[in-house]
Amino acid sequence: MDLKLQKIIPQLITVLVVVLVFGFFTYNAQINMENRGIDFGYGFLSQESSFDVQFSLIEYDGSHSYFRAYLVGLLNTILVSVIGIIIATILGVIVGVARLSPNYLINQFAAFYVEFFRNIPLLLQIFFWYFAALRALPLPQDADAMLGVFFLTIKGLYVPAFIWENLNVFLYSIIAAIISIVVIRIHARKVQETQGKQLPVFWISVGLIFILPLLSFLIGGVSLSFEIPKLKQLATTSFKYEGGISLPPELIALTLSLALYTATFIAECVRAGIQGVGKGQKEAAASIGLNPNQVLKLVVMPQALRIIIPPTTNQYLNLTKNSSLAAAIAYPDLVLVFAGTALMQTGKAIEIVSITMLTYLSLSISISILMNWYNKKIAIKEK
Amino acid sequence: MFKYLKQLTSLVAMVAVLFTFTTETMAAKKSKTLKNTQKKGFVRCGVSQGLPGFSNADAAGNWTGIDVDVCRAVAAAVLGDANKVKFTPLSAKERFTALTSGEIDILSRNTTWTLSRDADIGLTFVGVNFYDGQGFMVRKSSGITSTSQFKDGISACTNIGTTTELNMRDFFNSKGISYEPVAFEKADEVVAAYDAGRCDTYTTDKSGLAAQRTKMSNPDDHIVLPETVSKEPLGPVVRQGDSVWEDIVRWSLNAMIEAEEYGITSANADSMKTSDNPAVKRLVGAEGELGAAFGLDNEWSLRIIKQVGNYGESYKRNIADTGILPDRGPNELWTKGGILYVPPAR
Repeated sequence: MDLKLQKIIPQLITVLVVVLVFGFFTYNAQINMENRGIDFGYGFLSQESSFDVQFSLIEYDGSHSYFRAYLVGLLNTILVSVIGIIIATILGVIVGVARLSPNYLINQFAAFYVEFFRNIPLLLQIFFWYFAALRALPLPQDADAMLGVFFLTIKGLYVPAFIWENLNVFLYSIIAAIISIVVIRIHARKVQETQGKQLPVFWISVGLIFILPLLSFLIGGVSLSFEIPKLKQLATTSFKYEGGISLPPELIALTLSLALYTATFIAECVRAGIQGVGKGQKEAAASIGLNPNQVLKLVVMPQALRIIIPPTTNQYLNLTKNSSLAAAIAYPDLVLVFAGTALMQTGKAIEIVSITMLTYLSLSISISILMNWYNKKIAIKEK
Repeated sequence: MFKYLKQLTSLVAMVAVLFTFTTETMAAKKSKTLKNTQKKGFVRCGVSQGLPGFSNADAAGNWTGIDVDVCRAVAAAVLGDANKVKFTPLSAKERFTALTSGEIDILSRNTTWTLSRDADIGLTFVGVNFYDGQGFMVRKSSGITSTSQFKDGISACTNIGTTTELNMRDFFNSKGISYEPVAFEKADEVVAAYDAGRCDTYTTDKSGLAAQRTKMSNPDDHIVLPETVSKEPLGPVVRQGDSVWEDIVRWSLNAMIEAEEYGITSANADSMKTSDNPAVKRLVGAEGELGAAFGLDNEWSLRIIKQVGNYGESYKRNIADTGILPDRGPNELWTKGGILYVPPAR
């Protein structure tokens, strides 16, 4: 019997089994749903949802459709993931570098942080930050203002809202600053390549990013005022703040716990990345006259990043998926709003769960694609 | 080639097994649920995750409550022993999926009977074992004594996946008050958040408020406002498509209520066999062939009354004596000014 056939038969059988098993479950689900009089279909998405959501980035109330409720949940999931990823990355890099610090106190503290937070189940941490930390916060009427304008209370964090005049002029000035910085950088590189002179690019950039927007205030007619949250009495002992922007405690607790947890893993990736760069590389860089800053920036980091990025991508994916634990503390994410309330009100379990799964899949794949693109960009370019 | 032949045979065998399984499912007998229950030897019952008076487990894992008693009644009728029940605690969100997927056979979990639930999602409500309505709880210190004192911006804690979530919107909209809904998956989390001061008010069915109030760190600091903002008839639910099982659960509940009406209790049930009233005799199995219609023996209802008690006994044991709602209100028999009225068992 020829070898080719031998190779194909097991594969064919595998495919057949997969198809049969999948077909069996689909068929059974159909029969069962028919028996119980459950209709299948996505028509419900355009129906009125008739439930409200606590916190939404887009305009929404119960008179909107289930699809709109889905968007509300999706955006809330994306919001918490993006903020979580940013904080986790910053914290992770700091802690990862701190673990390599020659200072005993700093590296031990960083090691303690990593071991402590990554070894406690995330759900417990979320509960801790929500229920324990929440109880420790003051009621709105007892809250002291931080810097005169921030109020951290059990009902959330209240921050002043910005009220802009001629906001577009301000934005133009920032865009102009960024463009001029890019131009100066290109010029500086050319100067360095042709004349070997280094221009103080960093200080010029800092100057530009401050001075141009400042000019927009002075001569562009831009003005900024703040709307400071004010205490409002609802009943004898019941208060809240009005005006400004309010961030619900659920969002804060969830972001905080996700970021603190994921940062420990990112810190380990960063540490591995830096330690993975050969000692000889640093010594060689130092021997050609680069200062320690340049060694880190020009020699160590570019190589370390290649080790850091792939495992960090995994952590970003984990954070995004873990954000579904929001349901435990009433943060209206995709799972709570759509796979929770909407599923209950419509009873469309298969439809809603399939949409939710596809959504998480798409989110994860998008992050992967983005990170792979970045990874390719910084990878060694073989000529 | 023989190697693959062997693989192929086992595969064919596997597929064959799968398909016999399927045909068995399709050729469902008149009451598959009844048959399965008798084969397993216990009734699979979905209850709450802990609502005193309705379904609550003590430290030893014994479930009590009027919702629990419905399942026990069915077990007594079908299996002859009220203790042969396997309880599955479910969140509001999980409950219907657990029932329609066949994980449980009765859902007796303070569930509101509504049109869309009954008609849409493969469920059938069999009756009402508690007439309830949605209310609001606030802290006494807030000085609020009526929902008319609610102001814009009030935050309200509740459960997701409940009719409460929808009623709340209707209520606040009709009053033109803007509010912040804070919806949790588990009742315990709602209570914890409200108790901590996250919300100004906690809203759910009034019986639920009364029961949860006993769990607060200091129950006397909270009051339930007098207004009732919705109708919440709570009752047991079964899967759509098994009408015999549906009848068994419906009449197990009805038998408890009718037993109270005729004064039959767990203590005097046996002696009622010699009663002069034919309705009483039918209920204790001394006359007629009522059980045959469900494929049960004639003493099904006698066992319910003897092992679980009548509705009044169940209410007293679980709700009145525990101090949750001593006053029966609408859950009194129609003959005593309430609205409990069941069709005659004949």
